[in-house]
Amino acid sequence: MFIRKDPSILVFLAILALFTIGATLMSEAYGSGALPTSMIKVLGKTLCLALAALAMDLVWGYAGILSLGHMAFFALGGYMIGMWLMYARTGEIVSATLSRAAIPPTPAELQDGIASQIFGVVGSSDLPLAWTFAGSLPIQLILIVAVPGLLALVFGWLAFRSRVNGVYLSILTQAMTLALALYLFQNDSGFRGNNGLSGLQNIPGLTDVPQADISIWFLWASAGALALAYVLAAWLVSGKFGSVIRAIRDDESRVRFLGYSVEGYKLTIFTLTAMLCAIAGALYYPQAGIINPAELAPIASIYLAVWVAIGGRGRLYGAVIGAVVVSLLSSWFTGGRAPDLSLGFYTIDWVDWWQVLLGLSFVLVTLFAPRGLSSLIDLAARLRHPSRRGRDLGPDVGALREREAKA
Amino acid sequence: MRAFLLTILLLIAQPLWAQDLGAVLDANRDQIAKPSRQTIGPVITEIAAAGEGADRVLAAWADRRLGLAGDRFVIVEGDSATDAVTGESVTGDVDGLRPNSGVRGLIAAALVQFQLTDPDPVRRRAALTAIARQSDESHLAALREAPAESDPILAARRDRLERLLTIQYDTDTDARLAAIDSFDGDAGTDLQAVLNPLLATTRFAGPELPADANVARALTPDSENLPRAEAYRLLVDAGLAEPRPTDADIKAALTANIAGDAVGGVPVADLGDPDRRDDAYTALAEAGTVPTAATADEVDSALEANAFADLFTEPSSEITDAARASLRGMQTREGIMQALDLSLDALSLASIYFLAAIGLAITFGVMRVINMAHGEFIMMGAYTGYVTQTMIADRTLSLIVALPLAFAITFGAGVLLYQLVIRHLVKRPLETLLATFGVSIALQQLAKNIFGTQARPLTAPAWLEGSITFADGVSISTIRVAIFVLALLFLGLFLFLMNRTRLGLQVRAVTQNPGMAASMGINPDRIAMMTFGLGSGIAGIAGVAIGLFAKVTSELGSDYIVQSFMTVVVGGVGNIWGTLAGAALIGGLQKGIEVLNPSNTLAAQTYMILFIIIFIQFRPRGIMPQRGRMAEA
Repeated sequence: MFIRKDPSILVFLAILALFTIGATLMSEAYGSGALPTSMIKVLGKTLCLALAALAMDLVWGYAGILSLGHMAFFALGGYMIGMWLMYARTGEIVSATLSRAAIPPTPAELQDGIASQIFGVVGSSDLPLAWTFAGSLPIQLILIVAVPGLLALVFGWLAFRSRVNGVYLSILTQAMTLALALYLFQNDSGFRGNNGLSGLQNIPGLTDVPQADISIWFLWASAGALALAYVLAAWLVSGKFGSVIRAIRDDESRVRFLGYSVEGYKLTIFTLTAMLCAIAGALYYPQAGIINPAELAPIASIYLAVWVAIGGRGRLYGAVIGAVVVSLLSSWFTGGRAPDLSLGFYTIDWVDWWQVLLGLSFVLVTLFAPRGLSSLIDLAARLRHPSRRGRDLGPDVGALREREAKA
Repeated sequence: MRAFLLTILLLIAQPLWAQDLGAVLDANRDQIAKPSRQTIGPVITEIAAAGEGADRVLAAWADRRLGLAGDRFVIVEGDSATDAVTGESVTGDVDGLRPNSGVRGLIAAALVQFQLTDPDPVRRRAALTAIARQSDESHLAALREAPAESDPILAARRDRLERLLTIQYDTDTDARLAAIDSFDGDAGTDLQAVLNPLLATTRFAGPELPADANVARALTPDSENLPRAEAYRLLVDAGLAEPRPTDADIKAALTANIAGDAVGGVPVADLGDPDRRDDAYTALAEAGTVPTAATADEVDSALEANAFADLFTEPSSEITDAARASLRGMQTREGIMQALDLSLDALSLASIYFLAAIGLAITFGVMRVINMAHGEFIMMGAYTGYVTQTMIADRTLSLIVALPLAFAITFGAGVLLYQLVIRHLVKRPLETLLATFGVSIALQQLAKNIFGTQARPLTAPAWLEGSITFADGVSISTIRVAIFVLALLFLGLFLFLMNRTRLGLQVRAVTQNPGMAASMGINPDRIAMMTFGLGSGIAGIAGVAIGLFAKVTSELGSDYIVQSFMTVVVGGVGNIWGTLAGAALIGGLQKGIEVLNPSNTLAAQTYMILFIIIFIQFRPRGIMPQRGRMAEA
């Protein structure tokens, strides 16, 4: 069983469970109220970002594909759930208004009302074709993974079959993200242009439930999704599949010569991680409340890579640590809560200087600590004796293959 | 019209038929004193034909300077007055005549023939201008019958005007066709103003088209050109169908007639169904509470039974065809001009991309390193230009100082970046990409902290302002020409450096095979540092150039960086011609797509990126891929 080979999974799950229980006990809805609802939302969103970082780690840290487009899949997932949230919520409001009239509304009137409510802001009152299924939650839930998955499949197939790799692939994925963002920015593409979708924190059918409750439910959902995805990812990388994708990362040509379908493996991991990102996005944006095309900016995907790099790529908990630490630090510094640092001749206001600090520390991590923050964990682990559990992975006695298999 | 032709006849035959001006005036005294627009026409014609002095009288009459002193007509000049016929001065009370504007219009038209034959060319030109501004059919004959024009410029103008009026007013179709044909190749706005009204249409709806109708196009209801509601409205307007209330009308009528919990026998709760609403409305209509209305089926059959078309108001199809062909020719020529203008735009855009991407391409070619901070070097160059301008007031001088200064500063920054970061990450291109990205966000925020978030102006010297115009609608601003020249300059400089200098030789050697180059005594590390510095320096100069026409902000670089990446990817690395081809393709494509959809530049960029993604499928290594053993590594 792969969990026995890698006890860090259990440690991670335990920490995640403790965190979730702790947050619940301190929440306003089910506990002492030490953490305000806005903080619960931040924590829930951070878990979603960690899930996206996990996916990024799979595709970059393990398969060596530096995709600068995974935040696009994340945002697409958000758009897909956002369409249903907005449509259903507007539907509730519109039917409430219309039912006050003497005559009950026809379905066509209802739909026109919803469309003009949603799209009035971009000067349209027709429901675009893309919103055909927006009224149906099950279909829209399927679309959350189907649309980004299909996009990743087509894009990946085109890119991998023509052997675009390395820096070229990174730039191509960045171009894809930019194209998608520019497309969504247009008013006539049917996604409300740069207004984006808003009011997503109001869950249809749960209007009477306070946000404090909803936010903690989303925290649980995010934690659950992260735990499931972590186990899935750990299972994937522990088996033969994991070995092959790591081999592709290290020497693609050699894997191809050995007879493996490199393109197939890359396409699988690319599409799978795109879907994971989409799920993360679908959980993230109802907590954020608003999504607009700026979320798809290429810079967002680069930040995802930054988190993974700072956390330590090539190990699953590294991605999670990176996403949690950097995004929480980032919101702490840019939120104006960090105390100014007085140098005597100049006072450093962290709102202004945080980006500089982040950029420089990123350079330093890349230069001096390629394994990122997780090298701290390595440091702690190396203080103890390596645990062999009586197994010998290598051909000879004393070969350190076990440690390599983990990396 | 006939009366006017008669006048012309009279004018020609003047010696024979000459009438005394005085007699004419006397005979029509009452009419002249109290003119009416309907009846005064023949009188004016008669006066105009009266020979000597008639033009003076008409001019005075039109200017409200004609008056009656007793029973004599006099012309008032300031304080004095002269007899209209004899010209002797008259004293005593003058009763001024005040013809209304309609009458004065008629007089002015009659006067044109005198002005056209006036010995003073200035007045003749004024007459032509007046006709060109506002013409009617009487002018056509006047133009045709006026004696030959001696001034060649005025003669050409008069000829053109005559042909324009022929198109508008001549009754003979062949003459009009000949006039339209005579303008072949012309694109004047006056011609367009004449031709466009010929193509005016009216919308027709009826059981069948009139037999002699000049059909512009037949329409089918419920198409893009004729929405269903619009088609039905035409039928209603023509009295061919009963009006159909809109859904909102029906709803309002139903709401107004709720009786208990039912309308027309239909329970209110059922009215969410459109069919039930129709039932209720029909029931109300039968009871006489609301006006009867066409049902949906009746609307369908009415639309089916009638024909719809746009008809030309001009009855002759030959004329409309000729006018349409002529206008189409004009549009084609205009399109060619626009295409020319566009290719100039594309050229300047391509040179900007070339300047921005060339440094990126060199460093990528030599070191397989994509420098994400390249855009920030462009920004640094632009800010250098701005700072120089704040110190040196003279714009030309500051530009001359700023260009080498920007090169020096970004060269230094590039060398520093290489020494501190990039040389430690050799053979790890993806990590270099990320590390330079870290540098990029730090530099961008640093610029924000130093210069603020608002845009800083970098003003071009006066001789770079304005634009060069080649032809009507084909122009390019001087700054863009300068950038084009700068790009050419750098192309030449680069070719010289690469092909004629020792450094260039070494760079090429390292690009092709670093190991072999090192064994030949070249220090690849030093060469890489030099090329990195050079690429960054060119980015700085590109920054100054871009700053001249764009606002200098901390995001200046990131606006161009993705296009620069595209240029490198499309063009291929290690070859400056590849970069040039890539820049030309990207710039041309962006402008080309923009013209297909000018209102939406966002869409243009989207499609361009999609095109590039597809292009990479066919040329994964760019237009000009690097060859040799290292290319596959």
